[in-house]
Amino acid sequence: MLNIHEYQTKQLLAQAGIAVPRGMLVEDAAAVASGWQALGGELVVIKAQIHAGGRGKAGGVRLCRSLAEAQAAAEALRGQPLITHQTGPRGRVVRTIYMEEGLSIAREFYLSLLMDRDAGMPAFVVSAAGGMDIEQLAETSPEKILTMLVHPVAGASAYSLRRMGFFLGLEGDAFKAFCRVAGQLYEVFMQYDASLLELNPLVLTTDGNIVALDAKLSVDDNALYRQPTIRALRDINEEDPREREAAEHGLNYIALDGNIGCMVNGAGLAMATMDMIHLKGAEPANFLDVGGGVTAAAVREAFRLLFADTQVQGILVNIFGGIVRCDIIAQGLLDAVADGDGHLPVPVVMRLVGTHEEEGQRMVREAGLKVIWAHDLDAAASSIVEAVRAAEVA
Amino acid sequence: MSILLDEHTRVICQGFTGKQGSFHSRQMIEYGTCFVGGVTPGKGGSRHLDRPVFNTVAEAVAAEGAEASVIYVPAPFAADAIMEAACAGIRLIVCITEGIPVQDMMRVQQVLQSYACQLIGPNCPGIITPGKAKIGIMPGHIHLPGRIGVISRSGTLTYEAVAQLTANGLGQSTCIGMGGDPLHGMGFIEALQAFEDDAATDGVVMIGEIGGADEERAADYIDQHISKPIVAFIAGATAPGGRRMGHAGAIISGGKGTAASKFEALADAGVCIEHNPALLGQRMKERI
Repeated sequence: MLNIHEYQTKQLLAQAGIAVPRGMLVEDAAAVASGWQALGGELVVIKAQIHAGGRGKAGGVRLCRSLAEAQAAAEALRGQPLITHQTGPRGRVVRTIYMEEGLSIAREFYLSLLMDRDAGMPAFVVSAAGGMDIEQLAETSPEKILTMLVHPVAGASAYSLRRMGFFLGLEGDAFKAFCRVAGQLYEVFMQYDASLLELNPLVLTTDGNIVALDAKLSVDDNALYRQPTIRALRDINEEDPREREAAEHGLNYIALDGNIGCMVNGAGLAMATMDMIHLKGAEPANFLDVGGGVTAAAVREAFRLLFADTQVQGILVNIFGGIVRCDIIAQGLLDAVADGDGHLPVPVVMRLVGTHEEEGQRMVREAGLKVIWAHDLDAAASSIVEAVRAAEVA
Repeated sequence: MSILLDEHTRVICQGFTGKQGSFHSRQMIEYGTCFVGGVTPGKGGSRHLDRPVFNTVAEAVAAEGAEASVIYVPAPFAADAIMEAACAGIRLIVCITEGIPVQDMMRVQQVLQSYACQLIGPNCPGIITPGKAKIGIMPGHIHLPGRIGVISRSGTLTYEAVAQLTANGLGQSTCIGMGGDPLHGMGFIEALQAFEDDAATDGVVMIGEIGGADEERAADYIDQHISKPIVAFIAGATAPGGRRMGHAGAIISGGKGTAASKFEALADAGVCIEHNPALLGQRMKERI
């Protein structure tokens, strides 16, 4: 999934006719000052732009009643890591600050659209308890949430929009405005191949308007080829540099917390390999699926990535070659070792089974690399866990 | 006996003359599949791999009596290829292509409800009835004809399980990789039902993974309808929440779709669950 920033999502919503608070990016104190004037000079909200939820509780959203307060809030956030329940303990560095007008709020709602995989169609999720953590609410008070599937042939039909409006207890102009916004939200969801489009909260202001106070958009990776607008909004600062580097080489890599690096072909086998390491009493440092069409150059990059990771104290290579050829994996390893000092920096256990396995194994042996060979998955996991323990003791 | 596929099933390939289509079609022919031709729009009338090429699936059905199709068409065009096969009367559609947008698959699922066909995949290794025929990309040589069914959301992990069965002397009736996408064709329930009804299948190895609720629903079904022994593994017990583990559908969202919940549901349904993916063959041998 590709996520974009709140301010970017709001621009897309505004283009679709959904009301959002007036606002602007503020690069420095002078921009905050001119923005303060433009927004009426009474009440503004300074919002840290990172791709993670829980910003409010973490202090990344600050209500300011004076220019000095707004400037201080912006400068306090800028360049600092913001730690929320979704960022992990190291947090995310705030590089972009958004400033909005403060609104006078009568009621807060939750409204989102997501792709319901079990039903095979989008679903609205709505609640009168806006601003809350929806997953927590689903646990504690499921009766406060209404889920409405949207049949793709019918689209966001008027009856379903009405049902949501009545569920929220709206009436009159506010009811009509809500139905219009929910219908427009569905159009945005479909237009951008969204996996999730969430307004939390969507508010009713004291002067009767329905406004998206916060907005989050996640887009289906598989559809990015036909979503140039979304591609242009990608912020690589929000991505793990190791994961980004791996992706550039066609590798599927996810950093984890353990100390045993993994290199596997196929997502299911890669997960099963991680699970095996855990069963043997250690933890995986990563998920890494080299994929079916992997080249020696990509395998070399994968090893370089693992060798460079100081967290990795041993590597388990588990290849069950169908499309993937074992000699290509071996070549990638030899190249990566040659890029270094000619030695394996950490213990490596290799299981090379399938297409061209004899050749792959011979290449590694003839290069004189002291890898530990394993013939099945169980032995491979045991060997790497033991090798890492032995290295720790020594 | 077997399910869905045997040596008489007349198979074509969509995306026949492309690199992937050519490579795997050759392997399917070598395995003994009744492979009757292929489709590449604009190349109709020519021959490829000593088989006729057609412009449309409808022509291949009319000329060769094609009843199954394997699709290697690139992701932006794959949904259209699936619908073309369904509309032409193909009964078994196997889509290997990875990376189809979810909204495209949503439309495919709606459209396929109007046709009497079974879709396997997308983003899957395909289906094999060992010794008879294969439709897909799995290495044929690891399989052994026999009486164990395999149904899985994974590719290489399925090969791992099959190799273990073969090493334990347990052959396979039919092996199906249902694919790693969130919206897909055949699921556990349809496959388990077919294996239950197949007199030549004695037991089933089932391989799930994190994400969605397919395994939990399958557990309910097993509890009510399946009498044959099942050995099950769920990949991703160590996967973190909120991250997509390679497969588009392999994600724990909002604490839902964990391996623990799936293992528990299957165990409650009387399935032999195994947390060690290296022991699946051995467990099945003990159960048979």
